[in-house]
Amino acid sequence: MNPFVRCLLVTAAIQAATTTVAFANDDILKNQKDPANWALQLGNYAGQRYSTLDQITRDNVKNLRPIWQFSTGVLRGHEGGPIVVGDTMYISTPFPNTVYALDLNDNGRIKWKYEPRQDSSVIPVMCCDTVTRGVAVAGNKLFLGQADNTLVALDTETGKVLWSAKNGDASKGETLTAAPLVVKDKVYVGISGGEFGVRGHLTAYDINTGKMAWRAYSTGPDKDVMIDPQKTMMLGKPIGEPDLGIKTWPADQWKIGGGTTWGWYTYDPELNLIYYGTGNPGTWNPAQRAVDKDRAKSDNKWSMTIFARDADTGQAKWVFQKTPFDEWDYDGVNENILADVTVGGTKRKALINFDRNGFAYTIDRTNGELLVAQKYDPSVNWASEIDMKTGRPKVNDKYSTFAQGEDHNTTGVCPAALGSKDQQPASYSPESGLLYVPTNHICMDYEPFKVEYSAGQPYVGATLSMYPAPDSHGGMGNFIAWDPSAGKIVWSKPERFAVWSGALSTKGGVGFYGTLEGYLKAFDLKDGKDLYNFKTSSGIIGNVNTYMHKGKQYIAVLSGVGGWAGIGLAAGLTGEQEGLGAVGAHKALGEYTQLGGTLTVFALPDNQ
Amino acid sequence: MPKYLIGLCAAVGFTATVTLGTAFGQQDAAQKPAQGQTPPNQTQNAQTPPTQNPPGGNAAQEAKVADPEELVDDQGVPLYAVRDGKVDQGTYNGYRRYASSCHVCHGPDGLGSSFAPALADSLKRMDYWQFTDVVTNGRKNMGATGDKVMPTFGSDPNVMLNLADIYRYLKARSDDKIGRGRPERFKSAS
Ligand code: HEC
Repeated sequence: MNPFVRCLLVTAAIQAATTTVAFANDDILKNQKDPANWALQLGNYAGQRYSTLDQITRDNVKNLRPIWQFSTGVLRGHEGGPIVVGDTMYISTPFPNTVYALDLNDNGRIKWKYEPRQDSSVIPVMCCDTVTRGVAVAGNKLFLGQADNTLVALDTETGKVLWSAKNGDASKGETLTAAPLVVKDKVYVGISGGEFGVRGHLTAYDINTGKMAWRAYSTGPDKDVMIDPQKTMMLGKPIGEPDLGIKTWPADQWKIGGGTTWGWYTYDPELNLIYYGTGNPGTWNPAQRAVDKDRAKSDNKWSMTIFARDADTGQAKWVFQKTPFDEWDYDGVNENILADVTVGGTKRKALINFDRNGFAYTIDRTNGELLVAQKYDPSVNWASEIDMKTGRPKVNDKYSTFAQGEDHNTTGVCPAALGSKDQQPASYSPESGLLYVPTNHICMDYEPFKVEYSAGQPYVGATLSMYPAPDSHGGMGNFIAWDPSAGKIVWSKPERFAVWSGALSTKGGVGFYGTLEGYLKAFDLKDGKDLYNFKTSSGIIGNVNTYMHKGKQYIAVLSGVGGWAGIGLAAGLTGEQEGLGAVGAHKALGEYTQLGGTLTVFALPDNQ
Repeated sequence: MPKYLIGLCAAVGFTATVTLGTAFGQQDAAQKPAQGQTPPNQTQNAQTPPTQNPPGGNAAQEAKVADPEELVDDQGVPLYAVRDGKVDQGTYNGYRRYASSCHVCHGPDGLGSSFAPALADSLKRMDYWQFTDVVTNGRKNMGATGDKVMPTFGSDPNVMLNLADIYRYLKARSDDKIGRGRPERFKSAS
């Protein structure tokens, strides 16, 4: 090739790159506006998992039927869900993280397949199965976080690797399971490994080059956490005191202090803020994280914290710590759903978070002010309430594994470490103003004990046994509707197992979720009544999505049991209780379903 | 599985007997002369009155029970002790260590998960040495989708220093000597 031509080509390439920079955010905004797409894992930037499609209604959903299926060829837990943009559906699998682009014009023919080669030594450091929570698509790029910490950008047309970046080190117990989020010219990705003494962070990469733009840690000095104590707000005013990410830990414990970021990220384009939560502090033995044996000095900041960060610079705008000094593994990574709701007669730009700790928080998303905090499962007992001034839980010493002490078995704590809700994302309907929430209904005994840190090895230090919430319906889950203004359960239906699948609500008045036994269920948004169910090939821990193709509405979901639920519930839980209701009669998940990844697509018959 | 029953009562005032499990099944015990020898203070008869044990020996045996590292057979295979449904300190510690390091894959109470085997079953066919080999060195059985990996724990002190206890616990589960959930400890002499 002569030098002149080469020079021209380079210029062209640069131009193409700059164009993408300018439009990537617009691409997503455009994609998510068109209800035919399911453009982001959580449906839209606000994380609402709501669709304005309304062909499938509460009246005709009983005629729904599966119309095609696709085996992913992978056995373990399938979290996340299909992305649909235009005529193509994109799905990803657990390790080895195969990505398929399926042609919707041709009944799901494989357009391309990407299968990374990853060292299998990463598998053992994935605490809770080899899951991934899905891919992100922006413009002509698809982003995948691989188990081995490689973030890759693929060409959406060909599946070819455009660039890859290394986000962590598996030999230290770091892995990647979260779905990336793209805003403007950046892609954000978190890190997993809270059970391995990993120091959590959220990292932004340039979508065109894969170059790291910034990394904000969850623990350590303000500089690393990207906090300005004079500016970053906490409970409506600046934090004030510097370096709480060090001072609230004994010695160097913050360096292995967890606060991982494996949940979901949401974004408000008007405020230009991204929201996410940090996970549990390491270890699970609180005594090893206590400063002077004093809970009051040991918040272990900024674990268990909701961060609002400037999408461009990464600077923290505000912080809210939900469970200071965790003693139960109430890993604070759950999704922050953005919705404008009326609280006390005033319309607020709010953020709603169903924390693992069993409290649902409604927070002003502009400044972090706490508006509502109430239990969303009546069994929650570790704290009596949240102090609305300080945002702190009033911990019940009887259920404090720190107060009870190392080597003491604290019994009857609700919820269990799985939380009243785990990563399975809820849905918000702007029409009803309610949230539809998949929940767990499980309690535990918890005994912390001393544990040594060893890089790349589990750093847990607690013994747990879990059982269905006592004196209840005997099942291990509920599916509820929640009023974020009043902080009240509107209706609740019992489930045999924890509901580990992300929910969907639609304008058709009907909502969907999956169950661990493998049922796809449709319910009436009004009262939760079952309108339809179909038992898929394996338990569902994926999220139910909807899209429209050639004018027809479809429902799509991944089956494939696994995740933490598949580990804990396969053989059933301990603590068989007398007089369990029908729901709880058979508790071993292994009696209902086995491994296997399958995509199932549903639709109404053509004449409907 | 031969049940070695050991009387601990006289010297320390217990009235119950202790069931000790070994790593080897019946055949092994028969094949190995050394294994067949009843260790001092251990008899195969539950009814053996504790007074048959020499008083000095009793004291020594109790010390062994109190210190889990000493609760082994003459092959070096760890033994567990179950008394009135309660377990020795080592087995109890094994329960906790199992829960801390193995539960995330092998499920609660050694019963298996959606992807890793039930170790309560595995120990019906694996001996102590095979067990320590797998835990120390790991194993990769790539299976259909290359995702079955047993990690290498050789460098993890939380596991290696407690391996005998983890074995005690799982063996007791495998022998059906203890049920699901947290076992209770019997009080040691100290
Ligand atoms: C990261 C997940 C993981 C962890 C943690 C883990 N294991 Fe495993 N283990 C496995 C898998 C998967 C297999 C099956 C490998 C195979 O198919 O060969 C296995 C196999 C085994 C086996 C062989 C079982 C048989 O039937 O052949 C033993 C023994 C074992 N593990 C013991 C342990 C112990 C003890 C611990 C805790 C110290 C532990 N494992 C922690 C995943 C794990």
